[in-house]
Amino acid sequence: MEISLSLKYIPILITALIVFVIGLAMVIINQVLGPKRPYSEKYLAYECGLPPTGETRHRFDIKFYAIAILFAVFDVEAVFLYPWAITFDQIGFFAYIEMVVFIALLLVAYFYAWIRGGFQWD
Amino acid sequence: MWSSLPSFVAVYPEILLVVVASIMALADRWVKLKDVFAWITIATSVIALIMVFAVEGAVFGNSYAADTYGLFFKMIFLLALIMVTLVSPGYNRMVGIHFGEYYALLMFAVTGMMLMASSKDLILLFLGLELMSLSVYVLAALLYSDLRSLEGAMKYFLLGAFSSAFLLLAITFLYGLTGTTYIDVIAKKVFYPGLADNTALLLSAALFVVAFGFKVALVPFHMWSPDAYEGAPTSVTAFMAVGPKAAGFAAMGRVFIEALYNARVDWVEYLIPLALVTMFVGAILAVVQTNIKRLLAYSSITHAGYAVLGIIAASREGMAATMLYLFLYLFMTIGAFSVVTLFRQKDFLGEEITDYQGLSKTHPWVALVMLIFLFSLVGIPPTAGFIGKFFVFKAAYEAGHHLLVIGAVLASAIAAYPYLRIVMLMYMKEPEKDLAVNVTPYVFAGLIISVVGVLILGVYPEPVINFARTCCAGLIP
Repeated sequence: MEISLSLKYIPILITALIVFVIGLAMVIINQVLGPKRPYSEKYLAYECGLPPTGETRHRFDIKFYAIAILFAVFDVEAVFLYPWAITFDQIGFFAYIEMVVFIALLLVAYFYAWIRGGFQWD
Repeated sequence: MWSSLPSFVAVYPEILLVVVASIMALADRWVKLKDVFAWITIATSVIALIMVFAVEGAVFGNSYAADTYGLFFKMIFLLALIMVTLVSPGYNRMVGIHFGEYYALLMFAVTGMMLMASSKDLILLFLGLELMSLSVYVLAALLYSDLRSLEGAMKYFLLGAFSSAFLLLAITFLYGLTGTTYIDVIAKKVFYPGLADNTALLLSAALFVVAFGFKVALVPFHMWSPDAYEGAPTSVTAFMAVGPKAAGFAAMGRVFIEALYNARVDWVEYLIPLALVTMFVGAILAVVQTNIKRLLAYSSITHAGYAVLGIIAASREGMAATMLYLFLYLFMTIGAFSVVTLFRQKDFLGEEITDYQGLSKTHPWVALVMLIFLFSLVGIPPTAGFIGKFFVFKAAYEAGHHLLVIGAVLASAIAAYPYLRIVMLMYMKEPEKDLAVNVTPYVFAGLIISVVGVLILGVYPEPVINFARTCCAGLIP
């Protein structure tokens, strides 16, 4: 019984071995047969066409931070709205009022960001 | 349909503050006369102050109780809000932070403190603490173009966030042991012999000491406070020195005295060395300061050390003494910081101690007012500072901590020097330069309240101490 159970996994082991061997073979054959015309850009890590390295303490625009905070406003709203919506028929009118209050408070943050020009990029 | 709603009367003061603060933050753009916000803040605080005396009861499934203990602290917070608001218009206009959000943030912070003082549930306590802390972090960083301010606010924020983690961990341990976050239920479950000498409970108590130690700036958790106090706008510093500190003590009362009263043998052991070190480090480091805001920061550390003596006493009398102390401390500290704000000009900080040289010749009244606050901070009768110290020392002595009280008296002798040095500079030196003072009607009214508070409570503190005794009666079984 135990033996037959482990025998079941033999095909997976074989597949893994074949994949490993083929992968290794491809790399080795490439090294042996492939033409080599190196220049410096080829050795750089690829990153969307940007220079791939630079200062780690890079300054970025504070606007991204504001966007991230605005995201949090809506994200928190959604997190609480889902469980509320699912159990809506069981928790009744009081929970409805509570959610209205909660959204009203979030709207204060939303309107504040709006008034202060948080949605304008320039 | 509406009758099925639970009553929210107990949180009406907090609701009022939140609603008004939200409207002020939104309305700022269209209001040209910014003093309006100060008027609204004062009016709202006065109404809220009347309301906290009128409401009682528990809401949110008993996690919030408008009881007398909370009432006393709410009185402190709202008075602090009124007095800081009186300081703000003149000073904030001078430094360029006079706008609606400032007052809105003050009110949000006070709401957080009020939630802390009345919370019967550790989660609500944490929420209140975060609401308070986040508002005060922003307030401390309002002068963000000034590197000094930014540095102080950053330190305050990082260490504050760190201490919040400690608080959560402490709550976690307590929850793991008792299966609840309700303070009343925890109080029933923690007793000798049993849970009270459980190692995890000791750990939890130690973590609570660290978390609240950060908030009230007990040594060695005080590192942020001189930088944050110096960097923050002086009006905010006045608020920080009183509000979050009193709220920290309110939370200590809730956790140590109410929930962990039966484990007092253990947490008193943790607090005694902290209190001693706090008093001495605060007093000794204040001696070498040259900036008045840093000096007052170290002074507030020392005063936190005195106030914690009442908690260490772990008795009704001790808690009442701490509450009285915080109430009196409110007047002298905000008063002293109000005087500091007077000297601020556009291009002149007026924060060096040497700036006060010969003040009695150039501005005799300002010097006299400062003298009263400094004498109160030293603890010289007939000022409020003496009464406050007398009651906390007495409570700690009666609880049997004789050596601790001797240490406290020695520390207060050292602590007298930095204050008296300012008095000496003001009264016994000739003025070198003519300082301009910037007295608005608001700060004038604030100074009158502080002076009257310091002097009247210094000679007639009975009503307040009796009120404090009644207020903390429900805390200890």
